[in-house]
Amino acid sequence: MAATTPLMLEQTAQGSEPTGFRYTLGNALIITRREVRDSFRDWRIIAPIVILTFLFPGLAQFVAGRFAEFVAGYGADIIGERTIPFLLMIVGFFPISISLVIALETFVGEKERRSLEPLLSTPLTNTELYIGKTLAAMIPPLLSSYGGMGVYLTSLVLGDLEWRPPAMLVVQIILLTTVQALVMVTGAVVVSSQTTSTRAANLLASFIIIPMTMLIQGESVIMFLAPDAEDPNGIGALWAIIIGMAVVVFLLLRVGNSIFNREELLGRTIDQLNLKGTARKIWRFVLAVDDDGTPARNIVDWYRRGIRLSLGRLRSAVIVTIVVCIVALVAGYIIGQMPEWRLPLPEASNLTDTAQTLGRYTSIPLYTGGFRFFLWQNSRVLLAAALISMFTFGVGALVITPVVYLILGYLFSQIVLAGYNPSFLFAAVLTHGVVEIPIIILATAVALRLGAVITRPPEGITVGHAWLTAFGDTVKLAVGVILPGLVLAALIEAYITPRVVLAVLGG
Amino acid sequence: MIESHELSKDFGTFRAVDQVSLTIASGTVLALLGPNGAGKTTTVRMLTSILAPSSGWARIAGYDVVKQPAQVRAHVGVLTEQHGLYERMKAIEYLDFFGRVYRLDATERRRRSLDLLDRFGLSFALDKRLGEYSKGMKQKLALVRALLHNPPVLLLDEPTSAMDPHSAKLVRDAIVELQRDERTFLITTHNLTEAQQLADHIAIIRSGAIVASGTFHDLARQFVGDPLMELRTHGAFNGLATDISDLVTVEAAGEDWLRYRVADPYNTNPALLRRVAGLGIDVVTLSAVSQTLEDIYLQVVKEDEGLHNLE
Repeated sequence: MAATTPLMLEQTAQGSEPTGFRYTLGNALIITRREVRDSFRDWRIIAPIVILTFLFPGLAQFVAGRFAEFVAGYGADIIGERTIPFLLMIVGFFPISISLVIALETFVGEKERRSLEPLLSTPLTNTELYIGKTLAAMIPPLLSSYGGMGVYLTSLVLGDLEWRPPAMLVVQIILLTTVQALVMVTGAVVVSSQTTSTRAANLLASFIIIPMTMLIQGESVIMFLAPDAEDPNGIGALWAIIIGMAVVVFLLLRVGNSIFNREELLGRTIDQLNLKGTARKIWRFVLAVDDDGTPARNIVDWYRRGIRLSLGRLRSAVIVTIVVCIVALVAGYIIGQMPEWRLPLPEASNLTDTAQTLGRYTSIPLYTGGFRFFLWQNSRVLLAAALISMFTFGVGALVITPVVYLILGYLFSQIVLAGYNPSFLFAAVLTHGVVEIPIIILATAVALRLGAVITRPPEGITVGHAWLTAFGDTVKLAVGVILPGLVLAALIEAYITPRVVLAVLGG
Repeated sequence: MIESHELSKDFGTFRAVDQVSLTIASGTVLALLGPNGAGKTTTVRMLTSILAPSSGWARIAGYDVVKQPAQVRAHVGVLTEQHGLYERMKAIEYLDFFGRVYRLDATERRRRSLDLLDRFGLSFALDKRLGEYSKGMKQKLALVRALLHNPPVLLLDEPTSAMDPHSAKLVRDAIVELQRDERTFLITTHNLTEAQQLADHIAIIRSGAIVASGTFHDLARQFVGDPLMELRTHGAFNGLATDISDLVTVEAAGEDWLRYRVADPYNTNPALLRRVAGLGIDVVTLSAVSQTLEDIYLQVVKEDEGLHNLE
């Protein structure tokens, strides 16, 4: 046996102390190098990469040429012209779809083969492992993607078509390809951390593939139909997609970073869906009056301690919601001040004219009557916000509800700018708003937490547990506060607000 | 050194490890025994800072498993239940990768790798992909990986399972040799003979809790009783059991043999031999009946089951 003086040990112990980006990246790249080398030894990965890099672009170039000739025969040259950049995007996209396979393989595959635990027993940090594996999943497909696009572009430039792509378009497609690869890999990390078998991961991967396919269809439509498609600076709408995808990548990275930890990776051992067990857990959270899950003794106890407990957990979500709503209100007011957004309001001699004028311009029913209408209107918007929030990491909640405040801010600015008396607007909004606004803020905060909790679960709590707790709080607050609040607000809006508005209008 | 105090781990409402307290001094081996699902692997994972304890604390080589996870993992060599090798790699590549992870320099990585591969008889397979290795070879390579960074603490889960007798002996010899260098070992195993051979201390875990711990002799005394002696005589004897009943309690007797338990063999056995000689009985042999760890383990499990049933 070799000498056992723990000299190296000291080096190792000291070696685990340094931090900083370079050190982290250095450690991450150790993982990346091994994984990439391993990927390139697997013919199942190499074969599609070679085919998609060298053969598929040639096929795409051939199709582009024939298609351009065909549609030119019918005088539809524009279709042919726009097919060429579209195929460039497809040539770039196909290889990155492999990144999903590699990501699932390197994370969940390693878990399945039990080779993850020795790696987790090393001094590498979760972040180093995460970065290392993410890079490893991205590098081969991205290289293939860039290579494929290079082959396609070269064949177009040098071939019969002699197509000269706008530089900005090439940059956009390269960026699109990169963010799409990032979305797929970061999404795969989330999927693989929640499963224990490659089979289960592949089944769950449809949650990534289906939205990506829809996105590609959307991008195709934009590339064919966007009014600024002929802009030499490229297609403007694609920038919006790139930025949107970058936001998704950021959120997925947060989710990945929070769930890519040793506890989550080794702790989860069950792939089966236990609906009964899950429902029981949620019910326990609904009844809970403390963090230990003690059930409420009676309804008074539930309101006194249980609701307060759930409200306490919402504190930061409520603050964020209030800030966003205020920003939306102010933004609406500021937008309304801009000359191009101003409504050409006619002179209004009195408040009744003002109300009628605004009602005509905005199509907003100042009074449509009906308690059920108001209740349904608010409930469905809040329900939609909650549902969309779950699939958008909370972003949906912060977009849907604050839009109302944006419109209110805008209306207020138009009234002020036209020199009208805004008091009827206050009467129409604030009478029931006293109840409705806090309830909407609370419901939005609940939806925000429901979506955002998975991006950063409380320390020491698994993502699944954190989400179930948030869902339990959602049910609790929806039943105990939000629904009764909406009923009350709808009653006021239906029966009291019209009278107040009429009183203000002098009717 | 390994220390843990009331270390517990809950998965939801299930308590996998329940207040495990261990102290394993440098240069000693503790064998953690228990049936499947008793909490051995979860305990090892907590000691490696892979799983966070729900309560209690543990220190490895002086480092806290919760507050200093990187230092803990740098000072621990772990042999996991499943070897978990990268099967498309070769042994040297594989060890080089882990050597880099442990921040060993290139020369040291190579030297340590070649030394250890030679020590465990794997030098002949350097050119083979790990997928081509036999089960035992894979297990040995996993052990080499655990030893690569020269850790003072080794946590070995079933170190000789899947090995042929020669390889298993190689590993046991290596453990004994490393123990002399003041390494601390925690071994979980179902091989009770091996545990008895290697371990200075034994702990038996059931349903997450330590139900017995101590040296082999402590456990034997506690669970099986005082040492059992067997006396064989030349020819049959009559009434001997009664004649020596003031000295020892006879547990069983035959025509020319009897077995008794004795708390203090150093003083009692010579007195007994004098008494037997005085009775004119010729003694052929007086020997200790060997007690195995298996006897102790089964007794502990039986007693624990009895307690559970009572509850």
